[in-house]
Amino acid sequence: MFELSTAEWEAVRLSLKVGLWSTLLSLPPGFFLAYVLARCQFPLKSLLNGLVYLPLVLPPVVTGLLLLMAFGTRGPAGRFLEDVFGVTIAFRWTGAALAAAVMGLPLMVRAMRLSIEAVDTRLELAARTLGAGWWRAFFTITLPLSLPGIIAGGILSFAKSFGEFGATITFVSNIPGETQTLPIAIYSFLQSPDGEAPAVRLAILSVVVSMIAIVGSEWMERRVVNRVRAA
Amino acid sequence: MSFDIDVTLRRGDFELAVAFQAAPGLTALFGPSGAGKTSVLNMIAGVLKPARGRIAADGQVLFDSAARINLRPEHRRVGYIFQDARLFPHMSVEANLLYGYKLAANAGRYAAPDQVIALLGIAHLLPRQPASLSGGEQQRVAIGRALLSSPRLLLMDEPLASLDDARKQEILPYIERLRDELKIPILYVTHARAEVDRLAAAVIKIEQGRVVAA
Repeated sequence: MFELSTAEWEAVRLSLKVGLWSTLLSLPPGFFLAYVLARCQFPLKSLLNGLVYLPLVLPPVVTGLLLLMAFGTRGPAGRFLEDVFGVTIAFRWTGAALAAAVMGLPLMVRAMRLSIEAVDTRLELAARTLGAGWWRAFFTITLPLSLPGIIAGGILSFAKSFGEFGATITFVSNIPGETQTLPIAIYSFLQSPDGEAPAVRLAILSVVVSMIAIVGSEWMERRVVNRVRAA
Repeated sequence: MSFDIDVTLRRGDFELAVAFQAAPGLTALFGPSGAGKTSVLNMIAGVLKPARGRIAADGQVLFDSAARINLRPEHRRVGYIFQDARLFPHMSVEANLLYGYKLAANAGRYAAPDQVIALLGIAHLLPRQPASLSGGEQQRVAIGRALLSSPRLLLMDEPLASLDDARKQEILPYIERLRDELKIPILYVTHARAEVDRLAAAVIKIEQGRVVAA
């Protein structure tokens, strides 16, 4: 029963690829947003905050539709990427990664923001009086002390990306080998008369991957916390 | 080395206007809580900007509103010892001590790790993590960390206030040694008469944002 067919492997591999890329791509902007939301005061901050968290509460199909309007072949952002970089996002696995990144961003930003807020700014001031410039204080104090939240945010984003369904199928459709990620493959199998066995196999696999992600993130977080706040 | 300050700062309806000088040795800034003593230290360290005035240490201007000079904290070479030690929790005692030492330019660097570690009696703590130290030990490491950045001025903001009596007695001799062996001015903020009597060569008395006796 646990022999996976080529099509099933394809879906798993694609989901892993989409998850990894979307996580890597969203780490820099995610951390930047988390830092700005944690530390800076500026007008329209609540608007930015709302935009970042919007995909968490919006129906995923709406997020997918908005992405399609912006990044589709006729959308302004999609046409820009096509004309300037020759990159097509619509109906490609890159689009699936983009959709997954957008859906995972709120979880990532939230975890990072909490851990940045937990760093005592008075430690950064102490570093400044010892001769460290802003950037050095950031890299030697702020960043290492907020590392647990950064890792947790990355893993949460990966887990979310690995299993994203609604926005992905709306934005890049259901193309085997290109955009048919694991959850979309499960959905497709369930549409066919004898697809129940493969659907269940993939479902079990997704439970296993999710568990590994959760246990792994907790393990890594604990290790980092022990190192960072060593007692 | 000497130190010179003449600044004003306004916050709400509280106005701080202080002017005094300090020579090498320990000068106490003495007065009740809320008199503005810590604000004075923060302005000297560069983490609080005065409305007007001038601050100079060892011939170098740190702040001058007329000349539009406002050095960043990292360029002032002012050692700051806080009431809470503020050791970096993710670094060993040794790494904490060397943090500012490594950043001090060779030209102006006068403090040597071995000497400072011996002076403060912290050699046995080097491999430990800050969280495993007692309050008194943490404060001694914090003093060493500030000294090793080779400051031209040392600020101490009630360094004993959060310690119990036994710990205070443990640290006081070290501060006396610092006072006698360092050739830079030390500004020591306190509201405890006993510390002033024991440590200070000069006293600046501050009340409600004004120097009332020097």
